[in-house]
Amino acid sequence: MTSDLFRFAAPQAFFPLAGKLIPWFSVLAGVLTLAGLYVAFFVAPTDHQQGEAYRIIFIHVPAAWMSMFLYVVMAGWAGLGLALNTRLSGMMASAIAPTGAMFTFLALWTGALWGRPTWGAYWVWDARLTSELVLLFLYLGFIALKGAIEDPARADRAGAILALVGVVNVPIIYFSVQWWNTLHQGASVSLTRAPSMASTMLAGMLLMALAAWMYSIATTLCRVRSIILGRERDAEWVRMTKEQMRAAA
Amino acid sequence: MNWGSLNDFLAMGGYGSYVWGSYGVTVLCILLEILSLKGRKEKR
Repeated sequence: MTSDLFRFAAPQAFFPLAGKLIPWFSVLAGVLTLAGLYVAFFVAPTDHQQGEAYRIIFIHVPAAWMSMFLYVVMAGWAGLGLALNTRLSGMMASAIAPTGAMFTFLALWTGALWGRPTWGAYWVWDARLTSELVLLFLYLGFIALKGAIEDPARADRAGAILALVGVVNVPIIYFSVQWWNTLHQGASVSLTRAPSMASTMLAGMLLMALAAWMYSIATTLCRVRSIILGRERDAEWVRMTKEQMRAAA
Repeated sequence: MNWGSLNDFLAMGGYGSYVWGSYGVTVLCILLEILSLKGRKEKR
């Protein structure tokens, strides 16, 4: 069993596996998004304080969760590559970064559009908002740093150090609403307390969060495949795979 | 059902620009990401 798992640590074995998994995760992402949007707009009731503006949270909360979660996964892969010198790890970290940056941007963007009608401001230099902005810069810095170094092995090592140092920011984002007196509200959903919202609102949010997970897995696998092809382009199996792909197209 | 008509739905109780501004940009980002991934695959 473990030897099977380790087999897929080789880019050559992982490439076809990723290709087989992408359609499944894409379909799941699509179905969960449709279900989530249906609950978000047609089942969940109007919020008695925020009116319809609250419907933004069905994107905002899943995007914010994904932005933090993907960073931790990215740093995990990067750290694994640094420790074990495995080729696939650095490629996985590179593949996650753009999707993580996109969700971070969306968390900030939707937060601004929610904040304007609810707080009266698009932006405040609040601990939660500021640390999330720092997260966006960490993602962009990671992408830029790796892009600036020609040798992939050196780029992986430098990126890994940046990613690992930046991981300290994730608990700061998560606990900022407890540590500081922030305008941003505390967590509405936690593992220890009952959620402070209607169950249909929670259901819509969780469906959208699951959809975001499936989407992230699909895009990461898709991106890692093209990174593998690029980095291993001199390998015999890549030449053969490319010929097969051309023949199939 | 929350909405009496399509106009009601689009108006989002007066918050239409905020709600659709959020969902619209999200859809745009996802489309851009998918398009860029498709382009990459064909390039290499």
